[in-house]
Amino acid sequence: MSTETSLKGWTRDEMAKRLAQDIPDGSYVNLGIGIPELVAKYVPDGREFVYHTENGLLGMGPSPQDGQGDPELINAGKRYVTANPGAAYFHHADSFAMIRGGHIDLCVLGALQVSQSGDLANWSTGEPNAIPAVGGAMDLVAGVKSIYVITQHCTKAGEPKLVESCTYPLTGLGVVTRIYTDLAVVEVTQDGFRLVELSPGVSFKAVQERTGAKLLPALDGVR
Amino acid sequence: MINKQVASAAEALADVADGATVMIGGFGEAGSPIELIHALIDQGARDLTVVSNNAGSGEVGLAALIKTGRVSKVICSYPRTANSTVFPELYNAGKLELELVPQGTLAERIRAGGAGIPAFYTPSAVGTPLAEGKETRTFDGRDYLLELGLKADFALIKGRTADTHGNVLYNKTARNFGPIMAMAAQTAVVQVEHVVQAGELDPETVVTPGVFVERVVAVANPVHESELVAAGAVYP
Repeated sequence: MSTETSLKGWTRDEMAKRLAQDIPDGSYVNLGIGIPELVAKYVPDGREFVYHTENGLLGMGPSPQDGQGDPELINAGKRYVTANPGAAYFHHADSFAMIRGGHIDLCVLGALQVSQSGDLANWSTGEPNAIPAVGGAMDLVAGVKSIYVITQHCTKAGEPKLVESCTYPLTGLGVVTRIYTDLAVVEVTQDGFRLVELSPGVSFKAVQERTGAKLLPALDGVR
Repeated sequence: MINKQVASAAEALADVADGATVMIGGFGEAGSPIELIHALIDQGARDLTVVSNNAGSGEVGLAALIKTGRVSKVICSYPRTANSTVFPELYNAGKLELELVPQGTLAERIRAGGAGIPAFYTPSAVGTPLAEGKETRTFDGRDYLLELGLKADFALIKGRTADTHGNVLYNKTARNFGPIMAMAAQTAVVQVEHVVQAGELDPETVVTPGVFVERVVAVANPVHESELVAAGAVYP
């Protein structure tokens, strides 16, 4: 794993910006906590997305200025947010009907591990003393039409997060279709991981070395 | 004449029995009925099963109730929250049973319980550790888990405005579990900032129809959990 330790790919903001390019105009989007939240900063010109937060708001807007927060207007990460023009509030059963019923187009989540068949592990490291907590992740991956993962390619310890099969407890089976990392954009195909695009200055070889499963080269005409 | 308003939170919760199942609204502090929870602590019922999305933070509200040792089981989706110390301590000491439920499954179990549906199939959690021991059935080539509806003896809910018939309006994302918990509880108790006479609410805007609500309590200036936690408040 340490052949090119100084490898410098996309920053978190660049990853989020790259992902936002792939969201069609008019999409209803649920953003997970952490790096996924950054995606909202990079809506491409001429497009409008409606953000869903599963605690009960469609049309979520950015965080308010310091001191302007309303404790009863928060997102799934329990942070203060605002409501955009055209927003709607609803109760939890309706919110998860939107999710499970296939009404939300895209969900962007973080990951502990993604397998080459699209299995996602992102809720528990399985440590015996950890307090188990799952939230809405299992519902989101079961019901939202497309699941994109945005994550560092490797853990802080240098272990690959893209693996043959997940060793952490699963959130869902065969649910992830695309992965946006600091090094590359990768899609999950029937044949396994396939490169879509490399971060500038990063080689295919370097990404393969940091991936815990076979990485197929990008299809012709796609870089 | 119908008038569901009661004089105080204490009066509204006087008949909670030991061993009761109590649904408590809120997602984090948004919609957490702190004054009702504190009244339940004062009331003293023991061996409670609490159904709530989270497990409280600091030592006020839901966390304070758990700290009394009178909660034997928590059914929730996310007991790990910032400033959450009471739940981990009791859970790791083996003094508290946890039934962990995916958030959407929790919501639908509550809705179903209130709608007369004893069980339903859902795709959430298939193939995960939370599917263990659950009946699976395949529809149109996809696997689903059987989940049971949830009912409660009491629900503690925070709204913004209610009328004397128990019709309730909520505030922004504090709505969360309120409407479905009102449906699922035999006795739904709602604290609101404003109680108005029947006829003063536009029927088109009512969120929870009064048939689901048994008792309404006026709490004019409800406290917010985060402010209490930041101030280091401890209840009682």
